[in-house]
Amino acid sequence: MADIKVTVDNITVTVPEGSTLLDAAHKAGIDVPTLCYLRGINEIGACRMCVCEVVGARALVAACVYPCNDGMVAYTNTEKIKDYRRKTLQLILSDHDQDCLGCVRSTNCELQALCKRYGVEKTDYYEGTKNEFVIDASSPSIVRDNNKCILCRRCVAACEKYQSVGVIGANARGFDTHIGSAFELPLAETSCVNCGQCIVACPVGALYENDSTKAVKAALADPTKHVVVQAAPSVRVGLGECFGMPIGAEVEGKMAAGMRRLGFDAVFDTNFSADLTIVEEANELIGRVTNGGVLPMITSCSPGWIKFIEHYYPELLPNVSSCKSPQQMFGAVVKTYYAEKKGIDPKDIVSVSIMPCTAKKFECGRDDQSAAGPGIPDVDYALTTRELGRMISEAGIDFVNLPDEPYDDPLGESTGAAVIFGATGGVMEAALRTAVEWITGQQLGKNLLEFQDVRGVEGVKEACYKVGDLEVSVAVASGLANARKVLEMVKSGEKNYTFIEIMACPGGCVNGGGQPHVPANIKNFIDVREVRAKGLYDLDANRPLRRSHENPSIIKLYDEWYGSYGSEKAHHALHTSYVARKVNADHE
Amino acid sequence: MKTLQDLKDIKAAKHGQIDIRFNPDTAEAALKTYVLVCGGTGCTSNHSWEIMEELNKLIDAAGKKDEIEIIQTGCQGLCAKGPIMVVHPGNIFYQEVKPEMVDRIFEEHILGGTPVEEYLMVEELSDGTTIPYVESAFYNNQLRMALRNCGKIDPENIDEYIARDGYQALAKALNEMTPDEVIQEVIDSGLRGRGGGGFPTGRKWMFASSKRGEVQKYVACNADEGDPGAFMDRSILEGDPHSILEAMAIAGYAIGASQGYIYVRAEYPIAVDRLKIALKQAREYGVLGKNIFGSGFDFDVDLRLGAGAFVCGEETALMTSIEGNRGEPRPRPPFPAVKGLFAAPTVLNNVETYANIPQIILNGASWFNQYGTETSKGTKVFALGGKVNNTGLVEVPMGATLREVVEEIGGGVPNGKKFKAAQTGGPSGGCIPAKSYDVPIDYESLKAIGSMMGSGGMIVLDEDNCMVDIAKFYLGFTVSESCGKCTPCRIGTRRMLEILEKISAGRGELEDLDKLDELAHYIQANALCGLGQTAPNPILSTIEHFRDEYVAHIVEKRCPAGVCKALLNYSIDPEKCKGCTKCARNCPVGAISGAVKQPHVIDTSKCIKCGACMENCAFGAISRK
Repeated sequence: MADIKVTVDNITVTVPEGSTLLDAAHKAGIDVPTLCYLRGINEIGACRMCVCEVVGARALVAACVYPCNDGMVAYTNTEKIKDYRRKTLQLILSDHDQDCLGCVRSTNCELQALCKRYGVEKTDYYEGTKNEFVIDASSPSIVRDNNKCILCRRCVAACEKYQSVGVIGANARGFDTHIGSAFELPLAETSCVNCGQCIVACPVGALYENDSTKAVKAALADPTKHVVVQAAPSVRVGLGECFGMPIGAEVEGKMAAGMRRLGFDAVFDTNFSADLTIVEEANELIGRVTNGGVLPMITSCSPGWIKFIEHYYPELLPNVSSCKSPQQMFGAVVKTYYAEKKGIDPKDIVSVSIMPCTAKKFECGRDDQSAAGPGIPDVDYALTTRELGRMISEAGIDFVNLPDEPYDDPLGESTGAAVIFGATGGVMEAALRTAVEWITGQQLGKNLLEFQDVRGVEGVKEACYKVGDLEVSVAVASGLANARKVLEMVKSGEKNYTFIEIMACPGGCVNGGGQPHVPANIKNFIDVREVRAKGLYDLDANRPLRRSHENPSIIKLYDEWYGSYGSEKAHHALHTSYVARKVNADHE
Repeated sequence: MKTLQDLKDIKAAKHGQIDIRFNPDTAEAALKTYVLVCGGTGCTSNHSWEIMEELNKLIDAAGKKDEIEIIQTGCQGLCAKGPIMVVHPGNIFYQEVKPEMVDRIFEEHILGGTPVEEYLMVEELSDGTTIPYVESAFYNNQLRMALRNCGKIDPENIDEYIARDGYQALAKALNEMTPDEVIQEVIDSGLRGRGGGGFPTGRKWMFASSKRGEVQKYVACNADEGDPGAFMDRSILEGDPHSILEAMAIAGYAIGASQGYIYVRAEYPIAVDRLKIALKQAREYGVLGKNIFGSGFDFDVDLRLGAGAFVCGEETALMTSIEGNRGEPRPRPPFPAVKGLFAAPTVLNNVETYANIPQIILNGASWFNQYGTETSKGTKVFALGGKVNNTGLVEVPMGATLREVVEEIGGGVPNGKKFKAAQTGGPSGGCIPAKSYDVPIDYESLKAIGSMMGSGGMIVLDEDNCMVDIAKFYLGFTVSESCGKCTPCRIGTRRMLEILEKISAGRGELEDLDKLDELAHYIQANALCGLGQTAPNPILSTIEHFRDEYVAHIVEKRCPAGVCKALLNYSIDPEKCKGCTKCARNCPVGAISGAVKQPHVIDTSKCIKCGACMENCAFGAISRK
């Protein structure tokens, strides 16, 4: 595309044709305020925060969607415009629950930040009736408080465009407009997959995770409980953001130190069970390939994805690996193997996970996730990265200056293959490292160890590998709208894949629904997924061990406990089952 | 499939039946008696179909089927006097026809040849005398172009449309003109959008005309008429649906589209039915479909029914709704001509705009643009309502004055009341005060006085109308019809309405006027779509022209027109009260006390200001202040 020249606030910049005024202003170093705009998915010009003056235009324009013309002259910051923006904020505030001090998003709220920026002095300038909504806390994962909603529709776009789930939308009209489900169903009764992309899209405190920190804090304070914690791979490149560190800052060691200071009795790593997942899953894949099992096999790590296929493609459930997710495998090992080794009754163990994910909260409560017996869930509480951040803040721990500390034995040891689970394509790559070596019986060299074709943030990636005599055709999808594309190709027979990795969230867990919020004015211009994923790939590259089956603790676990990969005992503890669900109904 | 020659043959065969209705004075001797019964919405809801049933029975019984033909037409115009029936030859109009009147008309007039004097349609003059309808200003002072066939032909019979040169314009465009010539003709005509904005129609077509044959394009018709009191488009669809189909096909040829959509309100069942019939007939005749008139041009039209959201009359919301989504406007640019329906280039015009197209193509741009003013060509249809004698549908050349429309065609304000203002443009428009009575009506002059052409609703207000109340009504409409997408409209209009409510409840302060003004200008500048941007107009125009009324509400806590309930008090004049107790007996809340034959008293703390006492007082003893 040709380049065009645009003058924004007297600064002339060159931008590609098709750029918006928002882009041109950004290039000129000017942050035009937005609330509703999310690049690529919510370009609706609704909030009117970004109104600007374009010389010659009939009326004010919304910079976020206004296409630049060559030679265009625009002003983004006149006194008149700033006054209008202030009024827009005041109008929003007039129908907004201004309980800001107690709000989960206080100091991290895009509305609050703009009010501060524009010096909105009178927050009650436009007094009038307010809408009053009942908070929907029906979901184990997501809470909706429409009293704080500003109707930017970013959540609606995320649900529809990223995930093709679309269980929320605008209901009623005019002043009564609110975001809700069809027929005002509680979220838990819809086919919401709990991914939490709505939460990370939300600029304010209208959406947040169903908080589990109180329960975890109570367990930590209970001397009769042995509280163990695991933290997922991608948490270590997200958590630092809660404390003002750069996006994607790698805080693996500080995180261990922080969790230890919160009082957890053992600080473990989900990376351990990621390695465990790989050996079980690679074993299952090889079994399916050699014994004529159902192919393609599809990964099962992402609970949002699992609920999605249960609702929307139940006919493909036999394709899903029966392996529990790393979170659940970890919990299973803790309450069986670890409990026995430590001589603790599994009922006295409280198993906590720190996840980049809100769907993990739902996964904890799923059926067939209790290796130690009925009523003893593998994982008791799943916290999001944000919840852990809040607990560390509350405890007054100076996170940024914490020393790096190691994870505890025996469930803290892991390989580079595990840490890349957090990025889309990571599970595929880790599985390939193990499966290829097992099938060929030969060790991959350093260069061959990195399967670059399945890396990167594209929604759908494909590759084909020659493994011994086998042609292994793989696909990787992240974001459920992309997953849907792949599944349709599988259903129609257009593609014959051997193995598919699917992650519910676009870019994988680094961009999960439980990760710290990044304001839209940053993520509209930086690909947060790439930045965080880089931290994980760097960690992998620097690990001495990079193949899951080389993890000494895993080898020991099979020697001491499970016997062999896919053994009956392993199957009982580390595998699970799924249910077919209808759309907008829990069970078929 | 009909050829052009077939159409000419149909026209020739129909000539005798059609000519008499349009040229009653000069037509050749009629072969039959034609009885036109209005089947528009107004007359239908007054049971005009029972008149036809009754007539049919009588004709059957008299064995006169071959000599008398009943024709159900669209709207005749003077809805206030419906149901309307016209008998040809003679061009005799009957008003307020009831089934029990039909017998006499049939015997005395249709069979006997003598019109029934007492049922004839007449215009009452202000001095109390009457003149025959055909001598009235309502009948004679209009210029019916868009409405040329309404009330005169059977909208359910394509042959009647063809007899009126129907589909000849399409044939001319396809056979004799290039698409660019069609567009040029429309540009030269000066036709501007009749839906409210007034954008030049030909230019709109031109913008959508590039890449003909290379990309999918659409032609759409906005029949989602939603302004309170507006029924222009409805009447055209009910009375002359083929004119719209023909115009859309012409537009399709001009821009290179093969598919059209009419987005029509589901609340217009008669219009929908007649459109369905017209579509079926047009397809049967091959004037819609593949290879029209052997030209190689394909065009078809589908209906989409709107579910009653006012905002779906906004062009981008309308297209979003056709696409199957919640009807909400989207930002422009891109404009529909570039990226419209299903992201394809789209021409969207309003019903009345299309109704002018066939005649422009057939008669030429210079025929059309001889009417109207410098910048506004042709005519405008108005739905005249409110405090006016001749409620109905009128069409006048652009540039006619408000006085001509209200006083002459409309027959003035009833009950000797004084004209106060006319509201045009519905919720997007404003109130034109009496001092602008002689301003010529066109796009620019209405805008200059704070109103707008709008789609054509014209509500006449008299001294009994409170302007604060009127502003509140229109803003209340916008508030309840706002789609809720953008902040200024969703919250801003609501806050303005709350201030108006406060003022009419007697709790207003003078600063409220400043706040209204400030919010109004903010919403005009910031709302996403045209509906939001124009929502403050009724408030701004009433504050500008009737500020004293607002001040009376705020400062004196008084509603000069006696409308705003909270500011009214009912009282009984003890001099006039005879103590008949009727008021007390009719008071629904027991607020009136008093002994028989003694003056009664109203307890204002209990009074709910319903007015029942005043209505029931035989002595004029109760007043409202």
